[in-house]
Amino acid sequence: MSALTALARLRAVREGVAQPIATVRHCHLSDRPMVFIPLRMAGEAAAPLGAMVGTDPEHPRLLVVPQPRNRDLRFAFAAELAEVLLPYIEGFGKTTETVEKRGGEPYERCLDAPQILVPNRPAAAFTGLLGRSTRFRRAEGPYPVHPSVPLLGRWLTYFADRSAQPGSSLLLAVTEVLGTHWATGQSSLEDANLAALLGWIDPPAGMDGRRAAQEAEDPLLWPPAGPATDPGFDNEVLAPAIRAYEEAPTSRAVERIAQALRSQLEPAWRLMWRAVELLRALPEGSRVAGRWEVDRGSFTRFVERIAEGAPPQARRDGAVSAAARLAGLERARAGYDVQRAYDDPLVMAEYRLTGEAFAGVVTGAEPEHFEGEGRSRKLRPLIRVRTDDPVRLAPGTAVGSPDRRGHGAEVLGFAEGEILLKITKGMGRGKVPAPGSVPEPGERVCYTSLTDDFQSSAALPDPENTPWTHGGPPQEYVPDDDDAQEEWS
Amino acid sequence: MKRLDALRGPVPPRAHDARAVAALAANPGCARRAVLDAAGVDKDGTARHLGFPAPFGQSQFAITRGNVFETLVKENGCAELLRLMRELLGLPVAQVGYQDVENVGSHLRASHTRALIDRAARESEDSAVFYDHPLFSLEIAGHTCYLEPDVVAFQLGGRFHIVEIKSFAVIDGQAEPEKVAAAARQAAVYVLALRTLMAELGHDPGRVSHDVVLVCPENFANRPTATLLDVRRQLAVLKRQLTRMTRVDRLVEDLPPGLTFSLDPDSEGVPTRPAAELAEALARVPARYAPDCLSTCDMCMFCRDEARVCGSTDLLGRQIRDQLGGVSRMTEALALAEGTAEPAGDQEEVARLLRLANRLRQECLA
Repeated sequence: MSALTALARLRAVREGVAQPIATVRHCHLSDRPMVFIPLRMAGEAAAPLGAMVGTDPEHPRLLVVPQPRNRDLRFAFAAELAEVLLPYIEGFGKTTETVEKRGGEPYERCLDAPQILVPNRPAAAFTGLLGRSTRFRRAEGPYPVHPSVPLLGRWLTYFADRSAQPGSSLLLAVTEVLGTHWATGQSSLEDANLAALLGWIDPPAGMDGRRAAQEAEDPLLWPPAGPATDPGFDNEVLAPAIRAYEEAPTSRAVERIAQALRSQLEPAWRLMWRAVELLRALPEGSRVAGRWEVDRGSFTRFVERIAEGAPPQARRDGAVSAAARLAGLERARAGYDVQRAYDDPLVMAEYRLTGEAFAGVVTGAEPEHFEGEGRSRKLRPLIRVRTDDPVRLAPGTAVGSPDRRGHGAEVLGFAEGEILLKITKGMGRGKVPAPGSVPEPGERVCYTSLTDDFQSSAALPDPENTPWTHGGPPQEYVPDDDDAQEEWS
Repeated sequence: MKRLDALRGPVPPRAHDARAVAALAANPGCARRAVLDAAGVDKDGTARHLGFPAPFGQSQFAITRGNVFETLVKENGCAELLRLMRELLGLPVAQVGYQDVENVGSHLRASHTRALIDRAARESEDSAVFYDHPLFSLEIAGHTCYLEPDVVAFQLGGRFHIVEIKSFAVIDGQAEPEKVAAAARQAAVYVLALRTLMAELGHDPGRVSHDVVLVCPENFANRPTATLLDVRRQLAVLKRQLTRMTRVDRLVEDLPPGLTFSLDPDSEGVPTRPAAELAEALARVPARYAPDCLSTCDMCMFCRDEARVCGSTDLLGRQIRDQLGGVSRMTEALALAEGTAEPAGDQEEVARLLRLANRLRQECLA
């Protein structure tokens, strides 16, 4: 939380409306996202109560578990959810493009990928738990389930895992996404309430953000967006309805529960689509498409894995896969932070505040400056930049710039409030710099020590060669009846 | 203690629980909470009467599930628990005793617990004993609180373990980090209380293990699983916070004479005191609101409203308050950022940072 965000929050309080902390949208937003709002029964680890799901804001599908403690009804719910999600997901696997890879075999990549939107981080975690409790089930043997259930489990697990990856947009928690684009006049803890957060960002006419957020805290007006339900609702509405169903499991009793859950889910459903509209109104950052390409690649590989009949994801990662996953997350985090700063001057401002970046006006340029003699004579243009930013870059630091792609420079030194830079990259191959590749006097430029250079993945042994210090090679997964029979009570 | 009784009014005092102690230790600077807790004031009832009920409620589904699980673990003299302890501690426990401290009258429970623990600490034989529903006492800010854990203390060969039973699930060896952290904080309170008791009885407090046994349902079933939880860090934090806490008697001394938070209940127990008057009385004891209070303290909505009225930076969270180091009003921080106010002596640095942030925001949003 920087002074910049702190200031934005203070302004939000004064203006009575949330303040932008990003000038562009930093996530991909699908034309046809799948909104998924699950509800969990209180006190249970992963017992679904119901869900509202769909791609059409006008026609949500309501799924209900009339008695969440009944195992068969839970699997019926999972099968019904699969009916909605699987055709949507599999639809994207059909159209692919061929990607030429430099120095490698060309490969296929899906043209587009599915996107699931959930209200908040707990909903994403719950999605993962639903995946965990269904992916090991089997269609034959003891306790058979519908064949779509284990498949759904693997997909839910995939999406939940992927949502931990910084910069991935395959599964997004909407409160988190909104929170990276707007600062409200309340604490980040209170921002976890979708209705309150949207109250600040987009208060209804004639109301300020604070009033709207306060109203949103009343669970009777704005039921929580799940997965936890309002305890008052549980005790006064749901419990009697479930009891009635237990006494007489008629369609009327089911309808009563469905009505109750609809009353809790519909407000959240409208908020989710309102959030989609607000995010859509933001222009997309220029590096978002590149990250979505990575998502599409990941999605394609998982489609192929399933087609090849690979086993369900392990309960816990082995030593090598855990290390690889962690290294991947760290790389993704570093890359995502840098890309956001390059895409968005307001994010870059965070680094200017800490002295890792600066912006200013070019006061002098020497585009045809050379270094070295003879064969090692190299074109190294020099520029001087005047800035008011508190720069904390040591001479010799390599810097990049969001203004020009492939442009690189080195800090030479400071003199009289000016910074002397030597351009080292991005001038073209000619004897003189390519036109426009060296900033001209009077031009506004921004430089930063953050660079999104390619990082090779960590060198790790193959899983079969896991050293004994790390538990030795992991056991191969063999599906057995125990997994399929695991209790889900 | 007369003074504390006067603050509370003509109702019996509320008992502390470990959750309250843990919450107080999490926000040791809050004098309001320290005084209300020490006086045993019914904070929930007070907040309701003020028109600021806390947003806590418990779903009957969660309560039922919790009770079912606890019964399952404790039934037949903690038979299931014994199995878990054998596996977890790798002990060849042949026989186990079970002592339910709740068997005696409530007024005797503290001394009964004391006697039982003393006897257990003296006898070094190898029999194991579970102590159900013990009653511990702990001195908080110069005031003795009684803790009624629904946990069990387990003794084997003179070494004690606190057993904490929770109904959140451990799935594939992992549980929700916040829930585990809350359980560890609570368990640390019990460990500290039991160690204090041991020291008072003249035994080595080190015989109370810092490894707490956490019993939770495994995966998606109701079957319990036990894990050892090292609470040394939580213990250290708790001890430090408790010593830092201003002694309640000092806080109470500074209060105006005649001050009371009594709700003036009538013969039916219905509060008759005007809410505005009560609010005024409470305002005499300063609170330190933080958004974390919203999940731990019954008074949170009242204190949040108070912080709003005076425009305190506490509202935006601890991180922001730290970022604005030393500036307590939001309008003041904005004025520093926009250059309409001159920084006071120690505000130079934060003012420079805020002005820079202001310039950067203006530049980027122009």
